[in-house]
Amino acid sequence: MEISRHWRLKKQRYSLVGEVCPHCDAKIFPPRDVCPQCGQEAKTEYQFSGRGEVFSYTTIYDAPAGYEETAPYTVAIVKLAEGPMVTAQLTDLGKEPVQIGMPVEMVTRRIRSDGDERGMLVYGYKFRPVLTNAAA
Amino acid sequence: METYPNTHPKPNVLLKPVISVGVVGYGAYVPRYRLPAKEVARIWSNGVAGLPIKEKAVPGLDEDVITMSLEAARNALARAAVSPDGIRAVWVGSESHPYAVKPTSTIVAEAIGAAPHVQAADMEFACKAGSEAMVMAMGMVGSGMGHYALAIGMDTAQGKPGDALEYTAGAGGAAYLIGPAQESLATIDGAFSYVTDTPDFWRREYQRYPEHGQRFTGEPAYFKHITEAAAALMSAQGTTPKDYKYAVFHQPNVKFPQRVAKMLGFTKEQIAPGLLVGVIGNTYAGAALIGTTAVLDIAEPGDRILMVSFGSGAGSDAFDMTVTPAILERRERAPKTRDYIARRTEIDYGTYVRYRGKLAMR
Repeated sequence: MEISRHWRLKKQRYSLVGEVCPHCDAKIFPPRDVCPQCGQEAKTEYQFSGRGEVFSYTTIYDAPAGYEETAPYTVAIVKLAEGPMVTAQLTDLGKEPVQIGMPVEMVTRRIRSDGDERGMLVYGYKFRPVLTNAAA
Repeated sequence: METYPNTHPKPNVLLKPVISVGVVGYGAYVPRYRLPAKEVARIWSNGVAGLPIKEKAVPGLDEDVITMSLEAARNALARAAVSPDGIRAVWVGSESHPYAVKPTSTIVAEAIGAAPHVQAADMEFACKAGSEAMVMAMGMVGSGMGHYALAIGMDTAQGKPGDALEYTAGAGGAAYLIGPAQESLATIDGAFSYVTDTPDFWRREYQRYPEHGQRFTGEPAYFKHITEAAAALMSAQGTTPKDYKYAVFHQPNVKFPQRVAKMLGFTKEQIAPGLLVGVIGNTYAGAALIGTTAVLDIAEPGDRILMVSFGSGAGSDAFDMTVTPAILERRERAPKTRDYIARRTEIDYGTYVRYRGKLAMR
């Protein structure tokens, strides 16, 4: 049971809220309050667009505990449009093959249940192939 | 002496707030996967059963009413282009809330940035929980209690394996941001609710699948409530079916909304754009709402739309809307309903059984 941790991280997990450095304008995700670029304090909230592209990926067939029910699934390193890299599952792939450089967008999905079917549901970001250009 | 006309029992009293209200933004969501009705027939009737629809939308393994409501809400906010902190209520109507106890609405409110200075609640009224949230939102905005209120109808409907409902129980829905009429892409000129105690369909606590009253679901339930609500609304507004460019009725299958349209005097052309059940299934609390999003995607300023929901148990909410010029720019700001319908991966019955959690894993 990690209820307090899920609760603490909800903002970044639900909607990709990170930080922007007031000194060098670097966009930071996940938020860490110190700018990885210039080393100064960076606590200003920043809403990421959710747009990015696949930098690298792999498919998991033998899933770790808690993720068995959704295996096989694809995990990617996504390079966000604003710069940072995040690791996340890809979803809604249908029959589309994943390609490096593929444009993706963030969606909030059910990640797993904390423990068994009685545990809390954990929601967070995943990425899917861009639905349409209408929302760009 | 002050009078309170709406408290007196007389027929045809409109639900019409003091401050004029409307739809400031709307957003739809349909999951990617489709189960053709012929797949259900293949498993349960050797393929000989009559098919009520072509196919239904099925949520992926990581989707539920919370994630789907969230995407529809984000689309509605993108269209409205308003700051989420102006939203004073987030109300989600569904009969498939992921938790028995713990609101869907708080998670949605948090994720769209509307929390914490907000009302949040989950509505339940079979297939009319979403339109019920819309009426409540009209009341909140129309009384001046809040500038914007978000009403969502969304479902991942349950159907017992082999039951008639398994062919149609789909997944999807829509979100409507209700606000002042002058900011709206469609004004809501009035609503009317018609409710009785009618036992046509129910699901008891702890039961996985609903029960239905077979033929009882038609005449005394669906047709009675929709025609009464629609007729009362039109009578109070002084309109006839000819005044509406489009009409959207709750759609548990293709035939019911076609027949109720005919009973009320609407043509096939008036209901065609909002009749989505054939390709996404019955989305329950989302059905009338998502049908109307498909209409808003193509409507022109000045077009009048009649939307009538139906929820078992039973009741109907009817809405009279008029599209404004703001529609033209705003509808381009988020994916259209037909974009979601076109995004389609067909699955077989086995995959469906897995995706819907019908396999016991332990």
